[in-house]
Amino acid sequence: MKKIRLLYIIPVVLFASMLLATDFDYENHSAKSTETTNMKAASTNNDNFDKMMSALTHPRCINCHPSDNKPKQGMEEHPHYFGVARGEDDHGFAATNCNTCHQEENNDFSGVPGAPHWGLAPASMNWEGLSKTEIATSMMDKSRNGGKSPNEILKHLTEDPLVLWAWEPGINAAGIPREKPPISKEDYIAAVKGWFAEGAVIPGE
Amino acid sequence: MKISFNINGQPQSVDIEDPNTPLLWVVRDLLDLKGTKFGCGKAACGACTLHVDGEAVRSCSYAVKFAEGKEVVTIEGLGNRENPHPVQQAWIEYVVPQCGYCQPGFIMATAALLAKNPSPTDEDIDNNIVNVCRCATYTRMRKAIHRAAALGQE
Ligand code: FES
Ligand code: FES
Repeated sequence: MKKIRLLYIIPVVLFASMLLATDFDYENHSAKSTETTNMKAASTNNDNFDKMMSALTHPRCINCHPSDNKPKQGMEEHPHYFGVARGEDDHGFAATNCNTCHQEENNDFSGVPGAPHWGLAPASMNWEGLSKTEIATSMMDKSRNGGKSPNEILKHLTEDPLVLWAWEPGINAAGIPREKPPISKEDYIAAVKGWFAEGAVIPGE
Repeated sequence: MKISFNINGQPQSVDIEDPNTPLLWVVRDLLDLKGTKFGCGKAACGACTLHVDGEAVRSCSYAVKFAEGKEVVTIEGLGNRENPHPVQQAWIEYVVPQCGYCQPGFIMATAALLAKNPSPTDEDIDNNIVNVCRCATYTRMRKAIHRAAALGQE
């Protein structure tokens, strides 16, 4: 009798362990599948990510995302002349601030660049010296990006006239056009939109 | 294009072909207010500093179109011989100018600073008064700025 009972128990245990195993597999599979999807997404998205970052790591962008509260100038990213610094509101000091010299558009007479709300990115968005992955991580981190949702970041990156100024940087005081980011504005916007559409996956280092 | 603004308390309209013409040129050449100086033309020296809606602005880098409807004050409107602005008064007391060319810009920048920060520290002065004086009157200027701050609080 005992043997017969044992025989009953074996399939029950087997079935239970199969169920358990299935559960486990499901979890694992699910995790694996997300990972795989991410990796897949990352590999297809890297193109858009790299294109986007080729613009965002360009001096036209980084110069106003300083890590030492001092805006930079030029392709060689020298500290802004006249000891200009962030000040209390990211727009310089009380009486000498960004708008003392920078207006809403480039000035071809003086060679001073300009765009709406000219000023520094907040200190929490310091990008100078960061890798592409670190920049993207900080950009998407609500605690550092000014509480912006992914949609708001997308809008900022593709519509903010101060960001898009990078493609209309004007001429310097000698009349020489400033260098633009390495991809066109249209390609940049398409890459940013593509990256967000594909899940805004940030590849590892 | 017609652009209207107030200058030194008076309404003014200018008819100008290129609305991007620097306000400095309009002030000096069209309105004949020669107190505001042209130094570098590239927002580097501060000789052209005047006030637009109370803010110090380097007028060589300020398109006149942006002055539409605004309040512009030049050195001529800051004070006068009988009633000098505290900054002008302090400048006279400390005999600050040497050749004088840069001085209107410094005075306007200082007046804008004191309007926002009535008793600036040396550090505030270093941060905010970044004009250039070829005669290097900086030491007297620093003293005069502190004196102007005191006069303004009397
Ligand atoms: S003339 Fe405008 S800053 Fe030098
Ligand atoms: S007094 Fe001569 S340039 Fe300043």
